[in-house]
Amino acid sequence: MLFDLLGITPQALFGQLLLGLINGSFYALLSLGLAIIFGLLNIINFTHGAQYMLGAFCAWLLLHYFGLGYWWALILAPIIVGITGIIIERLLVSRLYHLDHLYGLLLTFGLALIMQGLLRNEFGISGLPYNIPSELSGGQNLGFMFLPNYRGWVVVASLIVCLATWYMIERTRLGAYLRAATENPTLVGAFGINVPRMITLTYGFGVALAAFAGVLAAPIYSVNPNMGADLIIVVFAVVVIGGMGSILGSILTGFGLGIIEGLTRVFYPEGSSVVIFVIMAIVLLVKPAGLFGRRA
Amino acid sequence: MKKLKFLSALALSTALMAPAAVAEISVKIGVLNDRSGVYADLSGEGSVIAARMAVEDFDAEAKGITVEIISADHQNKPDVASNIARQWYDEDDVDVIADVPTSSAALAVNDITREKQGVFLVSGAATSDLTGSACSPYTVHWTYDTWALANGTGRAMVEVGGDSWFFLTADYAFGHALEADTSAVIEANGGTVVGSVRHPFPGQDFSSFLLQAQASGAKVIGLANAGGDTINSVKQAAEFGITQAGQALAGLLVFITDVHALGLETAQGLVLTESFYWDLNDDTRAWSDRFSEAAGGQKPTMVHAGVYGSVLHYLKAVEAAGTKESDAVMAMMKEMPTDDPLFGQGEIRVDGRKIHDMYLFEVKSPDESAGPWDYYKLLNTIPAANAWRPLEDGNCPLVQ
Amino acid sequence: MSDTTDTSAIATPLAAKEGAGMPRHHAYIFLALLAFALIAPFLLYPVFLMKVLCFVLFACAFNLLLGYGGLLSFGHAAYFGSASYVAAHAAKVWGLTPELAIICGTGAAFVLGVLFGSLAIRRQGIYFAMVTLAFAQMVYFFALQAPFTGGEDGIQGVPRGDLFGVLSLQSDFALYFVVLAIVAAGILLIYRIIHSPFGQVLKAIRENEDRAISLGYRVNQYKLAVFVLSATLAGLAGGTKAMVFQLASLTDVHWSMSGEVVLMALLGGMGTVFGPIVGAVVIVTMQNYLATLGAWVTIIQGTIFVIAVLLFREGIVGVIGRWLKKPL
Repeated sequence: MLFDLLGITPQALFGQLLLGLINGSFYALLSLGLAIIFGLLNIINFTHGAQYMLGAFCAWLLLHYFGLGYWWALILAPIIVGITGIIIERLLVSRLYHLDHLYGLLLTFGLALIMQGLLRNEFGISGLPYNIPSELSGGQNLGFMFLPNYRGWVVVASLIVCLATWYMIERTRLGAYLRAATENPTLVGAFGINVPRMITLTYGFGVALAAFAGVLAAPIYSVNPNMGADLIIVVFAVVVIGGMGSILGSILTGFGLGIIEGLTRVFYPEGSSVVIFVIMAIVLLVKPAGLFGRRA
Repeated sequence: MKKLKFLSALALSTALMAPAAVAEISVKIGVLNDRSGVYADLSGEGSVIAARMAVEDFDAEAKGITVEIISADHQNKPDVASNIARQWYDEDDVDVIADVPTSSAALAVNDITREKQGVFLVSGAATSDLTGSACSPYTVHWTYDTWALANGTGRAMVEVGGDSWFFLTADYAFGHALEADTSAVIEANGGTVVGSVRHPFPGQDFSSFLLQAQASGAKVIGLANAGGDTINSVKQAAEFGITQAGQALAGLLVFITDVHALGLETAQGLVLTESFYWDLNDDTRAWSDRFSEAAGGQKPTMVHAGVYGSVLHYLKAVEAAGTKESDAVMAMMKEMPTDDPLFGQGEIRVDGRKIHDMYLFEVKSPDESAGPWDYYKLLNTIPAANAWRPLEDGNCPLVQ
Repeated sequence: MSDTTDTSAIATPLAAKEGAGMPRHHAYIFLALLAFALIAPFLLYPVFLMKVLCFVLFACAFNLLLGYGGLLSFGHAAYFGSASYVAAHAAKVWGLTPELAIICGTGAAFVLGVLFGSLAIRRQGIYFAMVTLAFAQMVYFFALQAPFTGGEDGIQGVPRGDLFGVLSLQSDFALYFVVLAIVAAGILLIYRIIHSPFGQVLKAIRENEDRAISLGYRVNQYKLAVFVLSATLAGLAGGTKAMVFQLASLTDVHWSMSGEVVLMALLGGMGTVFGPIVGAVVIVTMQNYLATLGAWVTIIQGTIFVIAVLLFREGIVGVIGRWLKKPL
């Protein structure tokens, strides 16, 4: 029997797969934003992890100072953080479009350091508590595991947002403009479409996705200035594996790698922090454009 | 802001002590700990406050001893810690280094102190190697260690029927040591260890490991980790209904600040070992109130208490020896019995181990608690004689 | 970096126009630096100076790859750190003399450089950076897990030993001059490489790889060679650092170390001879003297990144070189 061979009961395996899927939801949301930004702006947004963290902090601040709960935060935090993203794009990032990737990466890396440092000064590093909304507390006994309702909601919310984004980009007129602008901004501009504004809004949207993931994460992990610091390289690896700029690739890879990481936690727990990088190295050497990449 | 307040407070305290014209001995104490990371709340600025309180209570100035306290952030990294310690001894004429949480950093400072012949008063670090294979004639390990934690919590859990264990272990030296020490205690008391899983450090998502612990069917899930890792493990265990389903959690290293961060709703029922709690007796309450006032309302952790106790005893030894020369002071510290309001009477063994009672606490439920910081009820006092690793078991070269 | 659109390679301001030998102003600057380095330990804390020197060599080694090879490695901590571990292990466990321990460490970095380099150079630009990052993460993982590295504790209490078995390095002064000799030799070697025919070909590849191929150069061999050289010299810096601090730890292999060396090169001036030296001095000094400010160090570093990228991509030395109208 296969399960005997692996030394694990099928129940436990299903449980781990489900947990992997939950973690994958975060990877998918984050890598989707990163991929969209890279696709259109050609910028490697290293601030993404910090913006995810800002989303979580925004939720905490809304609750703490304005008494606005989780559901408000889920809508407001992405908008607020998205607007800060738009400001950053206009003031700073837009100056780098004609330069090498490296500069965008270094600039956004610097911005991430600043954001994390400022919040660490203000709030310390122990983490601030954020409770699961009462509507989603408790859980379901699935037989093979006890699934907290909130974690189930995370998967659903992430899937909905990812698919909606994919649909918007690949199937609507707006998305068509976007994709066209990626290929040939000058030509699209000639058709009377305001390309710079589209770019700005895209950056804001990508950042808003990160903030959305941050709000989703707030009740699960403590709200902590460093929560996105190490995540960013993992998510970045996800994007690279999926194929830089590929929308569907980043979503599928996000969920897929979450599951693979979950399985690693069972069979070689110490290795769960490195498995994604091993996969990234292999993929890049064998299939340089990533699993779903369009460009060679 | 915080920083400014700290600097001005530091300037003030040094200014207060400076004008002792009759001073014969001037001592410089360096408080080296985590001021920005995961252990900043349980050590950090609080340890500086505690050290300053020790200087006040000793009334150093009147006794002709000028004391200056400086502090630095080692970011929980051994390389940063060893850099600062080296510079302090070489350049800044620091005589004694206090606190130093994080085992790896403490081991690094232990080495430098031995080489430079300073004095090292450990409060925050856990590893029992500091009085074992790595023991040094210049190091005193005051507050607690992995052996004592394992002995306290491990034995207590087995005695109340928690005889099968599964460990969630932080994958670094401290976690491994804690797991090994606890396993030995469990097996010595007739329990079994059914498995363990090592999680990356620091970790965020423990659900997968907790599920493995659940599947193991062990009665007790031992958390051989610390700080944020412990907080997240406990939180997620509650989320996944693991405690409700009947498995007990044993936090092997839990500080009161962790319980504060978790909230009683989540932390209730947790059994833990500490060497100090602010609400133990009138002395600890009085001291803790003073501490709280200086620390913006926070109650002291056992690490803060340990810094106070060790600095106080050090100053007494300097006075008695009439010199700050390290060999003489260390000899005096080990010769004199210790006595302070927080740990009571005790002694320092030849291997540098400070001996005092340990306490087994259970975290109160929200109904039992009278308010913030009223968190523990005392289950058991582990008398000093049984609380620590026997001298001959430590492989300390100083013990012959 | 010129004002016009540039999507080709990493900026290289005013790459040195080299003829035979060292331009006179370079010789003067080297002499001035050396003179300062000789009297510095009498004015400043020698251990701090040794740290600066090690990072100067590390940054110069990195700059050889980025500034002259046009390859951005995001995983140089792997070579620096693994050399540090191997040197520490050799000195502590095998009991080798310091110079042999450092050679062992450097050798380890060389082997890793050949191994990783031969795979990584098949990719370009951001993909190259990602492959190097992935390899570095694996080295980090190895350093965390392998028994001999001591995990989170690192390798501590490494003896400084006696140079060639005779000269004790216990005194900071003695060690300082040894470190200075190593670093000076490393920098001069890098300088020679840059100004050799090999260096010329590198620059040709960096400016236009296709053209270099059509001229008949085996581009990949050149890239691999510069990668391995850079990794080996980074290893030399790492091994020396292990001797200075008597410690090898995870910090040396962590990805933020890779980020830090990029910052040094960027701030000082990529593709300049003296840029990485200036960058390393500024960053290490800043970390040292601002350490008490805690999180502010992070904020200041971040701000430097932003300002350097937006306002002076040529780096400090690049800007000065433009003012002086002389490549530095």
